[in-house]
Amino acid sequence: MIDSALIGWSRAQFALTACYHWVFVPLTLGLAVIMAVMETVYVVKKDEFWKRAAKFWQKIFGINFAVGIATGIILEFEFGTNWSNYSWFVGDIFGAPLAIEGIFAFFMEATFVAVMFFGWNKVGKKFHLAATWLTGIGASISALWILIANAWMQHPVGMEFNPETVRHEMVDFWAVVTNPVAISKFFHSVLSGWMTGAIFVIGVSCWYLIRKRDVRFARASIKVASVVGIVGTLAVMSSGDSSAVHVAKYQPMKLAAAEGLEEGGPRAPFSIVPGLEIPGMLSILATHDINGFVPGINDLLDGYTAPDGTQVLSADAKKERGDIALDAFKAYRENKDTNPEAAAEAKKVLDENVEYFGYGYIGDKEELVPNVPLVYWSFRVMVGLGCFLLLLMVVVLWAEYRNRIENMRWLHWVALFSIPLVYLAGQAGWIVAEVGRQPWAIQDLLPVSAAISSLSAGAVITTFFIFVAVFTLFLAVEIRIMIKAIRKGPETEVAK
Amino acid sequence: MFEYTFLQQYWWFIVSLLGGLLVFLMFVQGGNAMIFPAGKTEMQRQMIVNSTGRKWEFTFTTLVTFGGAFFASFPLFYSTSFGGAFWVWVLILITFVFQAVSYEFQTKAGNILGKNAFRIFLTVNGCLAPLLIGTAVGTFFTGSDFVVNKNAVGDSLAPVISVWGNGWHGLEAIADLRNVLLGLAVMCLAAVLGSLYMINNIEDDALVANLRKALLWAAVPFVVCFMAFMVWIFLSEGYAVDGDGVVFMEKYKYWHNLVQMPVVAVLFAAGVLCVLYGIVRTLVCKTFRRGIWWTGAGTVLAVMALFMLAGYGGTAYYPSYSDLQSSLTIVNSCSSEFTLRVMTYVSFIIPFVLAYIAYAWWKMDRRRISSDELEGTQDKY
Repeated sequence: MIDSALIGWSRAQFALTACYHWVFVPLTLGLAVIMAVMETVYVVKKDEFWKRAAKFWQKIFGINFAVGIATGIILEFEFGTNWSNYSWFVGDIFGAPLAIEGIFAFFMEATFVAVMFFGWNKVGKKFHLAATWLTGIGASISALWILIANAWMQHPVGMEFNPETVRHEMVDFWAVVTNPVAISKFFHSVLSGWMTGAIFVIGVSCWYLIRKRDVRFARASIKVASVVGIVGTLAVMSSGDSSAVHVAKYQPMKLAAAEGLEEGGPRAPFSIVPGLEIPGMLSILATHDINGFVPGINDLLDGYTAPDGTQVLSADAKKERGDIALDAFKAYRENKDTNPEAAAEAKKVLDENVEYFGYGYIGDKEELVPNVPLVYWSFRVMVGLGCFLLLLMVVVLWAEYRNRIENMRWLHWVALFSIPLVYLAGQAGWIVAEVGRQPWAIQDLLPVSAAISSLSAGAVITTFFIFVAVFTLFLAVEIRIMIKAIRKGPETEVAK
Repeated sequence: MFEYTFLQQYWWFIVSLLGGLLVFLMFVQGGNAMIFPAGKTEMQRQMIVNSTGRKWEFTFTTLVTFGGAFFASFPLFYSTSFGGAFWVWVLILITFVFQAVSYEFQTKAGNILGKNAFRIFLTVNGCLAPLLIGTAVGTFFTGSDFVVNKNAVGDSLAPVISVWGNGWHGLEAIADLRNVLLGLAVMCLAAVLGSLYMINNIEDDALVANLRKALLWAAVPFVVCFMAFMVWIFLSEGYAVDGDGVVFMEKYKYWHNLVQMPVVAVLFAAGVLCVLYGIVRTLVCKTFRRGIWWTGAGTVLAVMALFMLAGYGGTAYYPSYSDLQSSLTIVNSCSSEFTLRVMTYVSFIIPFVLAYIAYAWWKMDRRRISSDELEGTQDKY
C-alpha cells in the first residue's frame, strides 16, 4: 500500500520546486521583452544611452536566468524520479511536448543567450539585436510547450487508454496542441511574466528616483516597462476570463473551491471576501450568462441535474464506475492471452467506464475536494493584486507622461514595495491552478496517489530538505547580487 | 510511411546521437575540472571559466533534451530508471544545478560564498557529473535491480508498475567494477575533451602548456579504463532478446553485436581512432590545436556506437538482473506508433537547429579568448 507520507512529501517537493521555479521564470519572460525593446530603440536611434540601458537590464536578466534553468531541470526530471507511474501512464502524450520544448526552445535560448551576453563586440548590431529577441522568444516558446503539457493534465484530450500497453496513448497531436486550456494558460502565464518584469523594472527605477540618481535611465525604463506591463496585464485579464470559463467547464470542483461555493445554482454570486458578494457575478464569469448554472461543492459530490437536463453523476457513482473500470482492466489483463472472448467483454466494459478510471483509486469522496481556504484566498490575492498592479502601472505611466513622476515620492515608495506583491500574485495564481485540481495528477484519470514512484518517504523527505537548502541559498545569493548590481547602477548618466 | 519497427530503431538512433553529443559537450565539465589543476594564476582561471562558460548552456540543454527525448520515445525507461535509480539521478541533477548558477555568481559582488566556493562547485560538477553519468550508463550493459509489472495498475492500493529491488536506489551500481570503469573513463574523457577544447579556444602560451600536461594525465587513465571496460564487456554475458521478446543471457553478446552489425563496428572503430588521433597529435605536435574536433567527433561516433550495441541486435538496453523479463528493450519500452511518428516529423528540424548553433558558435569563437580580451571588457563571467 502506498504510504500517505510519501504522497504528501512528493507533492511538497514538486510544489517547492515549481514555486521556486516560478520565482525566476516570470522575471526572465518580462525582462526579455523590456530589454529587447530598449535594444531595438538603440539600433534604430543609434543612441548609446539605450544600449547602456539595455545592457543594465540584461545584466539583471543574467543573474536571474541561471537559477531559473537550475530549478527547471529539477522539475523536468522529477516527473521521473518522483512521479514514475505517471511517466509511464501518460508519457506517450506528456513526453512529446517536453522533448519538443528541448528541441525548439531550449537550444534557441542556449545559443542566443551566449551571443546576447558576450557578443557585443563579436557580432554585428543587427545580429545581436536578433539574438536578444530570440532569447526572449525562446523563453516564451519554452513556456508554450510546458504549458501545453500542463494544460493536458488539467483537461486531457487527444488520447485513448490502451489496456494492452497499460497507458494512455496519443491519437490526435493537434488536439493536444490546440487544447483550449493550453491557449489561455499560455497567454495567462507568459503575459503575467510581462507584468512581473514591468513591476520589477518600475520598482527598481523608482528607487533611483528616490535616490535622485540615474534619472534619465529610470524614467526611460519606467516608460517602456509601463507600456509592456499594461499590455501584458490587459491580456492576462482577458485570458483569465477565458480560463474561468474553461475551469467551469472542465474542472468545476476547482471553481467551486476557488469560490468557497458549497451550494451552486443559477445566478451564482461572486464572493469578494466572506460575507461580501456580487449577485450573479460568478455565473457571468463562469458561463458569460447571468442565469448560468454553476455547481457547488455539494452538488458535485452529491450529483445534480444540469440546466440542459443532463444528470451529472455523484462522487459515489463515479467511484463505482471507477471500480468497474479497474475490475474490467484486471479481467482484461488476466484473460488477454488465454480467453479472448472474456478479454473482449472486459475491454468493452472498460471502454464504457474508462472516463472514470481515476475514481477507482479514490478511497473517500472527501478526497475529491481540494483545500478550499487555500484556493479561495489565493484566488483573491491573485485577482486583487492584479487589479492593484494594473492601476499602479497606469498611474506611473500617466505621471511619466505628465512629467510629474520625479516629484511623486509616495508613488516611488508604492512602486518599490510592489515588487514582492507581483511575485505573490504569481505564486497565488499557480496555487489556484495546482492545488485547485487536487487530488488529480491528470483530471479524472490519475490521482496523485497512483502517479507516485515506489520510494520510501524518508528518501523524499531528505531530497525535499536538500532542495529547500539549495534553492533558498540560490535565492539569497541572487537577491544580494541583484541589490549590489542595482546599487552600482546602470552608469548611463556618464554617457548622457 | 514509417513502420513501427523502423520508428523504434530511429528513435534509439536519436537517443544514441543525443548521448554522443552530450558526452562530447561534457568538455565543459572536463574544462571546469581543470580550473585549479591547470589554472595557476587568477587570469588563467578566469580564461578557463570564460571559455567553458560560453558553452555550458549547450551541455545543459543537451542533457535536458536527452531526458525529454527519452521521456517521449521510451517512457518506460524514464519511469523505471529515474524513479528507481533515484539517488544516482538526484546526485547528477544537484551537481548540474550548482554548475548552472556558479558561472554567473562566481565573480559577482555580494555572492555570499566567495569566488572560490563557486569555482569549487564547477570543479565538483566537472568530476562528479561525468563519473555518475558514465556509471549509470554502465548499467545499460551490466543490468539493474528492478521489476516491472504493468498489471499493478489494476491494484488501487499499490498501482506502481516499476519497483526497484533495493533501498540503495541506484547507488549499488558502484558494486560492479565494470560500471565504475565506464564512469572513470567518461570522467577522464571529459577532462581530455575539456583540455583539447581550451587548447583551441584560449590564446595563452602558459595556460596552453599546462593544458597539454593535463591532457596527458587525463588521457592515460581514460585509455586504460575504457579499454578495460570494453574488453570486460565483450567477454561478459549480455542480455539478449529473442523474436518473442523473451530475454535470456548470452555469452559474448556485445561482441556478437559488434561483429553482426558491421556499420556499428565501423562507427565504433572510426570513433575510437578519431579520439586517439586528436589526443596523440595534440600531445606530439606543439603547434596542433584542433584536436578537439577530431576527439570530439570521435567521441560522438564511439558513444553512439556504444548505445547501439546496447539497444540494437536483439538486446535489452536497460536490463534487470533480478527479473530478466522485466528488462527494457526498444520494443517493450517505447511510445506508441502514433507518438513516435509525430516525434519523427518533429526531429526533422534538428539539422536546422544544428545549423544555427554552428553559425552562432563560429561567429563567437572566431577569435580565441585572451587575457587582453578579458581585461578590456565587462562582457565576461
